Amino acid sequence: VLRPELVVIGCSLGGLEAIQGLLGALPPSMPAMVIVQHRLAGDEDRLTRLLRGHSRMPVIEPDDKTPITPGHVYIAPADYHLLVELGWFSLSVDPPVKHARPSIDVLFDTAARAYGARVIGVVLTGASDDGADGAKMIRDRGGTIIVQDPATAMSPIAPKSAIARAGADKVRTLDELPGTLTTLCGVRPRERGNTRPP
Amino acid sequence: VGTVATNSNPTTDVERLEIELLLDALARFHGYDFRNYAPASLNRRIRSAARNEGVGSISELQHKILHDGDALGRLVRTVSIHVTSMFRDADFYQSFRKLVVPQLRTYPFIRIWVAGCSTGEEVYSLAILLHEASIYDRCRIYATDMSDDLLERARRGIYPADMIRRYTEAYHRGGGTEDFSRYYVSDSTGAIIANALRKNIVFSMHNLASDASFNEFHVILCRNVMIYFDTQLRDRVLDLLYGSLVRFGYLAVGKKERLELTQIGSKFAMLPGDARIYRRIA
Repeated sequence: VLRPELVVIGCSLGGLEAIQGLLGALPPSMPAMVIVQHRLAGDEDRLTRLLRGHSRMPVIEPDDKTPITPGHVYIAPADYHLLVELGWFSLSVDPPVKHARPSIDVLFDTAARAYGARVIGVVLTGASDDGADGAKMIRDRGGTIIVQDPATAMSPIAPKSAIARAGADKVRTLDELPGTLTTLCGVRPRERGNTRPP
Repeated sequence: VGTVATNSNPTTDVERLEIELLLDALARFHGYDFRNYAPASLNRRIRSAARNEGVGSISELQHKILHDGDALGRLVRTVSIHVTSMFRDADFYQSFRKLVVPQLRTYPFIRIWVAGCSTGEEVYSLAILLHEASIYDRCRIYATDMSDDLLERARRGIYPADMIRRYTEAYHRGGGTEDFSRYYVSDSTGAIIANALRKNIVFSMHNLASDASFNEFHVILCRNVMIYFDTQLRDRVLDLLYGSLVRFGYLAVGKKERLELTQIGSKFAMLPGDARIYRRIA
């Protein structure tokens, strides 16, 4: 079985608490984690600062051509698409996709094409179907899709759309999600302290 | 750390080959070299071009552009356009006013290069800023792009009426205090940029991937252009821009681009703030 190298996560504006809870429950030995949260242009790096206090991993808003490093959390910057190349990120100012820039579909699609079966995609609460096409691409390329249980999502549209379009390998509540991710990534859950993995 | 992707999906492997062949064809027969573009964006644009042309594969797209000049033009435009807007990034225009304009005032004549100007929104934004600083008459702005099609649109300077409302807001966020409607004339097709703003702008073809430096500039804007290039081409372009700047000249890049970790990073110092305006110091 291929060990996951990239966890890509999509959620909409209301997903901040979900992301904070998730990052707080994950150990620093995770693979690289990449998050698109729908946000307003001009929001600057407020989101990144809000998440920093909750994560044991460094939380970074990547510049163009930033290398992808395990154990780091990357937040798509406002008003850019974040794209995955093999080993690094690129950015684009191409038009919004499904009214979104950053777009979850663009992140998922490029992650799937670059990393194939080594991608885990997570679709959290969201008020649009952004992410559904990307989730399909990830599954088509052999990666894994985890969808937040629509019954427990603040806005179930995105989880429902993803399940309808792509199906899901796992449907989980927010409480179950950290355990599912650490198991899939083969890392020990909830390590104590801030020690970095060897 | 292993970062090798395993591509066992035959469909994707075929597509990768098709894209390589298409890029070779474009470079060898038409002189448009996209082979050092960042793959993720480029490939999305090529797929989008194939969909728009109604062809079922990249190979069919290649056939079409080799035999149909119009299709070729459309592909080059799709691949080389970068979407921009007037007064994108309020930070940049505020910093430019505050930190760069006072220095420019001390020059008798100011040469500016907007490299990769696409459809021209940034060129006219800059012209407005310089006009308001009362130094536009001393400026010459060279606006270049590799696509004659995009240059033509930039030269026309006609923007849709619904965009103008957004640009007006962006103008004020960027520190503009005038009545923005002074800068355009409305007509049935949209808003046309006023003649007073155009007089010192020279639009011309220039390909950052293959052409050489053509002058020495006090200011170069190349914002959100190199994000579409791979590291090798980005470094080539940075060398070209560096060699086209006077000592202590300014280079402005996009707000998520950094020079610090590049080969020529030590020859530049970033101005204070988040605007990513660099000054050549060596």
